[in-house]
Amino acid sequence: MPRLSGLQKDVLVLYRRCLRACRAKPADTRSNFQAFARREFEKNMALNKKDFSTIEFMLRKGTRQLEIYEAPGVTNIAG
Amino acid sequence: MALRLATRRLALAQQAPKVFRRGMATPTASDTLAHTKGEPLSTISEATSASRAPIPPSKTTTIKEPETDPQAKIKTFHIYRWNPDEPTSKPKMQSYTLDLNKTGPMMLDALIRIKNEVDPTLTFRRSCREGICGSCAMNIDGVNTLACLCRIPTETAKESRIYPLPHTYVVKDLVPDLTQFYKQYKSIKPYLQRDTPPPDGRENRQSKADRRKLDGLYECILCACCSTSCPSYWWNSEEYLGPAVLLQSYRWIADSRDEKTAARKDALNNSMSLYRCHTILNCSRTCPKGLNPALAIAEIKKSMAFSS
Repeated sequence: MPRLSGLQKDVLVLYRRCLRACRAKPADTRSNFQAFARREFEKNMALNKKDFSTIEFMLRKGTRQLEIYEAPGVTNIAG
Repeated sequence: MALRLATRRLALAQQAPKVFRRGMATPTASDTLAHTKGEPLSTISEATSASRAPIPPSKTTTIKEPETDPQAKIKTFHIYRWNPDEPTSKPKMQSYTLDLNKTGPMMLDALIRIKNEVDPTLTFRRSCREGICGSCAMNIDGVNTLACLCRIPTETAKESRIYPLPHTYVVKDLVPDLTQFYKQYKSIKPYLQRDTPPPDGRENRQSKADRRKLDGLYECILCACCSTSCPSYWWNSEEYLGPAVLLQSYRWIADSRDEKTAARKDALNNSMSLYRCHTILNCSRTCPKGLNPALAIAEIKKSMAFSS
């Protein structure tokens, strides 16, 4: 595995946080959350990896989204 | 009589033979062909139009080109634009021109007019339009100020440049993300902390002299102009609280009714929260309300120095 840049690590950290947050969700809707997290990341797979400012913005946006969706009140999501 | 006539007509209609009943939408072949008998359509239209020359649309229309007013004071505004819906596109400056005679005196009037009449996609925060809410803080011609308290410079030769508050994440166009700022404000516990009830069981009273200590502190509207103008805050915004929050902190330290003064000072007693202030004084220069956050910070430093 090649050495990852700091930004790439940040993206992976965010994705792992998302998957961890999924584990706190009820078992019957957990797959919906996992699919949603994966889809949100896949949406931006085509981003140019040199486009740092955009990736940083998407990271901040993702962190904000995660903070909203990991609230215990959110029990289901469109899978 | 009329009723009888009506019934008779109805009866006639019902007796009509089926041959004559024909739907409106289904003309027979003979109907459609009638027009094309004789000369083709193209020759007919040419013959009629040849009799008079075509009139140019500029003479037939009643809409005239807007006349340019010789008295007009046209000023150009360059405004920072960035749309989060297209994250890969870079921020850009967009120019708008307005006639100052038809615009209110303040920058916010110009922005509202641009949004209403020129470009509805321009985004900015505004609420009270009189400098009491602190929503419309932005960087105008290089100075952090409230758009509603900033007059448009009347010389039209110079162009105005409007940016969001510096060193903030941009939500869209002129809207900064102040989440961090509000988090820091929350961290200083901006409310009265008392364990003992008031002696007469009704209100926490204070003397006129004690109340006067809060003048110049309580007027702060947390517009974040001072914090975002502080270079020290730019480089250490995670840990340094910034002039606005420190001014609020001093407002509660100076309050005679508050009983947690020592705890408040203790929370500031580290190298980052307070002592990143290097008396650059940008905060006092830029404050649109004319307050002096640098003085408040100096007062906190002084009281910390004397108490310990």
